[in-house]
Order: sequence, then C-alpha cells, then structure tokens
Amino acid sequence: MRGLKNLMWVQFILYLREPAAFFFTLAFPLLCLLLFGAIYGNEPAPAFWGRPIGTVDASVPAYIGLIIGTIALMNIPIETAANRDSGALRRFRATPLRPITYLVASIAVYFLLALLGVALLVVVGKLVFNLKMAGSWPAVLAGFALSALAFFASGYVLASVARTARMAQTLGMLIFFPMIFLSGAGMPVQMLPPGLQEFSKLLPLSYVVKLMQGLWFGDGLAVIAMPAAVLCGLLAVGVVLSARLFRWE
Amino acid sequence: MHDEPVVVADGLRKRYGDLAAVDGISFQVERGEIFGMVGPNGAGKTTTVECVEGLRRPDEGRVVVLGLDPWRDARALRERMGVQLQTASLPQRIKVGEALDLFASFYRQAADGNALLERLGLGDTRSAYVSQLSGGQRQRLFVALALINQPEVVFLDELTTGLDPQGRHAIWDLVREMRAEGATVVLTTHFMDEAERLCDRVAIVDHGRIIALDAPATLVRRLGAEARVVFEVDGVLADTSPAPAPSRLSPARAGQLNLASLGVLDGVLRVERAGERVVVYGQGDGLVSAVVHALETDGVRYWNLRTEQPNLEDVFLALTGHSDAAALGTAVTVAGPVVH
Repeated sequence: MRGLKNLMWVQFILYLREPAAFFFTLAFPLLCLLLFGAIYGNEPAPAFWGRPIGTVDASVPAYIGLIIGTIALMNIPIETAANRDSGALRRFRATPLRPITYLVASIAVYFLLALLGVALLVVVGKLVFNLKMAGSWPAVLAGFALSALAFFASGYVLASVARTARMAQTLGMLIFFPMIFLSGAGMPVQMLPPGLQEFSKLLPLSYVVKLMQGLWFGDGLAVIAMPAAVLCGLLAVGVVLSARLFRWE
Repeated sequence: MHDEPVVVADGLRKRYGDLAAVDGISFQVERGEIFGMVGPNGAGKTTTVECVEGLRRPDEGRVVVLGLDPWRDARALRERMGVQLQTASLPQRIKVGEALDLFASFYRQAADGNALLERLGLGDTRSAYVSQLSGGQRQRLFVALALINQPEVVFLDELTTGLDPQGRHAIWDLVREMRAEGATVVLTTHFMDEAERLCDRVAIVDHGRIIALDAPATLVRRLGAEARVVFEVDGVLADTSPAPAPSRLSPARAGQLNLASLGVLDGVLRVERAGERVVVYGQGDGLVSAVVHALETDGVRYWNLRTEQPNLEDVFLALTGHSDAAALGTAVTVAGPVVH
C-alpha cells in the first residue's frame, strides 16, 4: 500500500517535470477551447440541431476525448516503453512490487491528470464562455471514467506491442493524429465529408466523443447506449490484452 | 537453518537460439560468504546470476535461494534479497532521494536511506537528478538501492564497472562491511584483481561453464605458477658475451652480477636475462629477499626491481587458454602484474 502511494506520488511529480507531456495533456485542450471559443463564441448554433447548444458547450465534451486520447495514445505508450527500454521497469521487477501495483499506480495518476484537465476545461469554460451542461454530473463522470479506463488499457496494449520507445511513439502518433481530427475530438464530425464521417465510425475515440456529448447534453439511452457498449467492449479487450502482454523488459 | 547454503544452483542451463549461454552450472554459496563469478564478458555470469535472482527462467536446473524458489516464491524472496543489475536504470527526471524513498516503500522493512547515501559518498546528491550523476555516482546509487531493504543476500552484477580506483575501493569496503554485518554477497566481475581481493571463493566461468571454483589463493597455489623477480643491471658489467662454463661458476668480481649464484638460491627455479633485464623465476615467500640479499652481498647495482606474483589472472589464462588480451576485455589493463 505504501508502495502504491509512493509510486503514484513519484509518477505524478515526474509527470509534472515533463513540460511537453504536461503541455499537450493539460494546456493544449485549454488553448483550443480559448481559441475556438474566441472565434465562434458560445451562442446556440444551428449546427446543433436547433438545440440550445453553443460551440463551447459542444467542444468541452469533445475535448475530454482529446485529453483521454492524448494520455492513452501518447503519454502511456511512450512513457511505458521508455521505462522498459531504459531498464527502469526491470529494476522495479527485482523488488517485491507487484506488476498490478505498478499498473494501478500509473493508471491512477493518468486518471487524475485527465480529471485535472477536464476540471480546467470546465472551470475556464464556465468563467469565460458561460459553459452549460444539461446532463447530470455523476453520469458525465461515469462516462469519463469508462472512456478513460478503456483507452488507458489500450494504451498499455500499444506499449507492449511496440518493441521500442521509438516505435511506441510512432505507433501512438500514427493512431493519435488521424483519430483526433476524424473522431470529432478536435473538430466536429459534421464538418467532415460524408466518406470520412463513415470512416470516423471505425475510430474508438468517436465513441468517447459521442458518449461524452450525449451525457453532456442529457441525451437518453438511445444516444448513449451504443457508444457506451463499444467502450465497455474496448475496456474488456484492453484489460485482458494489456494484462497478458505487459512485460517488464 | 544456518547451515543451509544461501544459494543452491544445480545444473543450470539457458540457451538463446544456438548459443548455450549457461551450459550446466552448479554451485552453492554459504551464509556470510563473498562469492564471485569471474570470466570474460559473455561467459554467462550475468545470465547465471539472473537465473538465480529469478529474473530469468533457466531452461533446465534447480535454484534455491534462502530456501525459496525464485519463481514460485518470488515476492517472498525479493523481500529478502538485494539486486544490482548490470543493465538497469531509473525513471527519467527522478531525483536521488526520491528514488531511494520509492524503493524503500516497496519493502516491509527498509534501511535508513540517508545513512546509506552518506556511507556511499552520495550524501550531497540527495536532491540531484539521477540523470545528472556521474557514472560512478550512478553505480553507487544502484548499490544503495540493492541495500535499501537490508537484504540477507545481495547480488552485485559488475559492481565496479565504470568506477575510478577510489570508487572501486569504496565499493569493496562496503561489500566487506555488508559481509561483516551478516549478509551474503554474490558478485560478478571481469576484473580478476577484484575477485582475488574481495571474494572468499570464486567460480571461474567460461563459455557457460564453471571451469574452477575455490578460494582465490587456493586456485593460484594449485596452478603452481612461478613468481618472478625482475630487475635491471648495468649492461657493461653484466656482459652476456659467451664465456666458458667454468668461468661462470667462478666467484664473481665484486659488483658484477653472477647468474649462477642467483640460480642456486633457495626457491629459485631458473634465471634468465636479456640484455640489462634479469628475470629470476621461483616459488616461495622468501624469493624476493633472497634475491635482494644476494645482489647486495655481491655489491651488484640494480634498479627497477619488482616482483610479479602469480595471480588469478594467470589461473584464468592457464585454464581457458585465452592468451589474447581481448578475451579478457578491459581486465588486462587493471589486473596487471601486482607490483610490490
């Protein structure tokens, strides 16, 4: 237990010492929000089916997907593979530390970071753009937790599949960038040509955006059931695969 | 319980493709012993030790450490053993003190991290980033991590590689202190002098096998190798021009070297000379003083006198037939003749 707490604390500190990771995870979505919020404002827009939803109201749940995607596809694979390449994980392995403790500590820290990112978005959105949330906070939180865990588990699968840290980085970016632009996390799917909108349905991150927006707008089961089911499936596959594939060296 | 060996390795084998990295290694380490595995890089020392630590699974063979199976009882064993790996590192951007506290938190009981850092000369690096440490400081930090749980048995793999002479001596002292405090130490090194000075027993490993295992002094003695006394004399007086045998036996003029009088000294096996350089081969502790005494008595002027004792490196070379320096890696430059 002390090991878990210490590991979490150290990983949190180490994360804060990496300015690039810190910037992309926490600051970048915030900058996007400020930039597009300044351009489009947050008045109810016709693009949102005539509902009283502004650009910022729709962007914040999408940016939650952006935060989750950044951590899962960039931070987790690169950091994990780098620690494996350098022999840091190997050194951990020679102690009584359990693999599961290491994973739980890491995932908990990434989860808290993601939560921090979400909190920043919400606070700034409220203060600057009068952000509105029509759903229930517990439901939004539950959807966020499901999305984050499903994606983080996949991130560890990616880390294990990649032979080296360099490969993890390439692989992560290869998945991350198309996913950000085509899933609705970076920009609304409605802005994409119809062909790409179809393609977007193949990207897991689309379902995070759908789920988060559905919960945010207070939509019913009809809207959220499908994305939630997809993410539950991803979570199950991710947990099984990451546990089976995880390696210390 | 105390009579039980701390480490039992029995018939270990580990193959990587076509290469038999460990090819049937068996040994035991007794409690309170400093046990060394020496041999060239690639001999199979690290693979053997990592099989014993439970970090690699041997293809064949049995390992028992502190009465535990390193695979089945991994966590119980890791609680009680300390490990310094040849290839290991720490997370990026971590500080020395943080690393030590972190590792301490993995164990049920831990040593005083600050005291450990002080003892290893790292007291003022506590708030430094690990990445800023010098090679020697890093090495010592990893030794500190190996000791943080006050282990009963410590495995140190290539513990002084990359250290300067001072650093090596500091680590040697620490290893001896650990033993004095009751720990058992298993180390690997490719420095023959290190093994000879530090270890109670050494296993000489070559091509995945143990080719000799005993106390260093016993191995050296068993080799029956000659000690050498080497010195230089004035070239004019010590003329090597052919002379009839009887004249050689005749008493030398004062100040002139008489090879024959050296040859009959106790323990001297033979005498060779090449120009100004004279080499007296022999055995026994009194060799040097006998030679020096003879030279002084004859009034011979000599200089650069030194002795070359047979050492573990001679044993290794004799056993392996690796006469080329490359086979020993850097060992040759460090483990040169022991000059008294």
